[in-house]
Amino acid sequence: MSADTRRRSAWTIVNVVVVLYALFPVWWIAALSFKDPSTLTDGDFVPRRWTLENYRGIFRTSEFTRALLNSVGIAVIATTVAVVLGTMAAYAVARLRFPGKRLLIGMSLLIAMFPPISLVSPLFDIERVLGLFDTWAGLIIPYTTFSLPLAIYTLSAFFREIPWDLEKAARVDGATPWQAFRLVIAPLAAPGVFTTAILVFIFCWNDFLFAISLTSTRAARTVPAAIAFFTGSSQFQQPTGSIAAAAMVITVPIVVFVLLFQRRIVAGLTAGAVKG
Amino acid sequence: MAELVLDGLTKHYPDGAVAVRGVDLTVADGEFVILVGPSGCGKSTTLNMIAGLEDITAGTLRIGGRVVNDLAPKDRDIAMVFQSYALYPHMTVRQNMGFALRLAGTDKAEIARKVEEAARVLDLTEHLERRPALLSGGQRQRVAMGRAIVRAPKAFLMDEPLSNLDAQLRVQMRTQISRLQRRLGTTTVYVTHDQVEAMTLGDRVVVMRGGAVQQVGAPQELYDRPVNLFVAGFIGSPAMNVLDATLEEGALRTALGELPLDDRLRRRLEEADAPRRVVVGIRPEHFEDAALLEQRHGGRTVTVGVEVLESVGSDVFVHFTPQDGTAAGPEVVARIGTATRAAEGRPLELWVDTARMHVFDPETGAALTSAAR
Repeated sequence: MSADTRRRSAWTIVNVVVVLYALFPVWWIAALSFKDPSTLTDGDFVPRRWTLENYRGIFRTSEFTRALLNSVGIAVIATTVAVVLGTMAAYAVARLRFPGKRLLIGMSLLIAMFPPISLVSPLFDIERVLGLFDTWAGLIIPYTTFSLPLAIYTLSAFFREIPWDLEKAARVDGATPWQAFRLVIAPLAAPGVFTTAILVFIFCWNDFLFAISLTSTRAARTVPAAIAFFTGSSQFQQPTGSIAAAAMVITVPIVVFVLLFQRRIVAGLTAGAVKG
Repeated sequence: MAELVLDGLTKHYPDGAVAVRGVDLTVADGEFVILVGPSGCGKSTTLNMIAGLEDITAGTLRIGGRVVNDLAPKDRDIAMVFQSYALYPHMTVRQNMGFALRLAGTDKAEIARKVEEAARVLDLTEHLERRPALLSGGQRQRVAMGRAIVRAPKAFLMDEPLSNLDAQLRVQMRTQISRLQRRLGTTTVYVTHDQVEAMTLGDRVVVMRGGAVQQVGAPQELYDRPVNLFVAGFIGSPAMNVLDATLEEGALRTALGELPLDDRLRRRLEEADAPRRVVVGIRPEHFEDAALLEQRHGGRTVTVGVEVLESVGSDVFVHFTPQDGTAAGPEVVARIGTATRAAEGRPLELWVDTARMHVFDPETGAALTSAAR
């Protein structure tokens, strides 16, 4: 009994330490975003005077709001394209035997392995020639490319877990291949598609490297890149408060989103009961 | 309901493997036919070709007189029960059973009526609104059956539907399937590797091996007159004992000693122009403890050394290795009455029903004695 209690309290302490360690920078940024400029550098972890001035500031000009719109639009489109293509590719990888399947998987993995920094300069040149530089499409295309391997990989694992017999049963029951996919396979793969969509969205949402290299104006600049161009209200003022506020604005929705759906994702993963 | 005709049905895979070679089979309307064989014998592939889940490389398949080689599964009007049951996990039992009707565009009231009717027959009424995950193995199996019967298809195809159940439930479901099939009178093709299932369920049994049909016949016919060593060894449990033998002046010289041939066997062997070296097959149940027999009609009594005795309640199995001077033969099993006083390690007088021996050609495995009487 006492050993049990001791073990439990030890675990609690370890957990608390880990959580504190992980959340400390987040808390710091949050605290900075609520400080007014005069106390910004006081080093306190809790703002002495709370203010929403930083938040009001970033929404006052279109610099940030336009970037937010770019971020949402680009991430949503790239995610949709990647998940739709990824679903089809993953289904093929999981279900069909076709020549060059291993090659396909290998190639897609290869893309994921490439350090993106090595591709930035060629991409920059290509996009300038093609007129894609500093456009939404100029970011959506590389995002789709680089998140597809991830999407195919996660989704094919999901599809593989769905017994092939289910599809055969549906076809014998009178379904066309498309009906079998829509009425039997897709509902079962939905949690997987959802999980993949979240992962891909976060990848696009957080990307800084492509966003900073392949944009030059507010036409397509996403929030992470836009933050880097923040200026203070005067030449001598650091934009620390605004940066902190902007970081909070783009982080919190994702965190809330994942927390909300985490249970469903996990439930979707475990509520298989597919096997007889 | 319909007649099913397989005419030279063949399946080649792109890598050159041949799964099924030229299967000819006619399943009469309402007949219950079993495809049986060891794993990899092509029985499931044959079933999948009938269902339309695998392409037919060569040969024709007719369902109800119509060639269906190139029809998609959905256009063949057949129902299939899978080994894994393949129940849709996201649908309730009701939705599972009504899925085919829903796809066919049947109206809701009609679907409900048919599903409830099938549920009543299969004793699933109180489970209709539950998901498969909440059901026991036996219940899932019945849902799988129910999904097949609500449609009243031309034929049922069953791919080892009972092999995921425990032994007791399997026997129970076996009788239920048999009763159901008789009641509905639907043409049924049933695949199994279990020869007991094959013998008890089918009107006719098709024994397959290496993609080819070995023998087709009523269960009793396969047991009494196997056409080759493979069928002889596959049908019957425990398996038929096989001994090398030499044909000498109207008798067979084997490790068990000299076994006399009666007139019928001798005539058959002459007609078949049997070679001198043959293989003799004796089923375990065609031995008996000589002490338990009141009178013997022919046959031969031999003395063996009992190695292992196994009592299964209704019978006793005696394992022994016959010796013929120098070389030891293969182990032989005999099935004898429980009143026996045999003991392990002691000699036992065993009577052999020599009239029911089978003789095979050792080269081809073909039966020399089992031709139609």
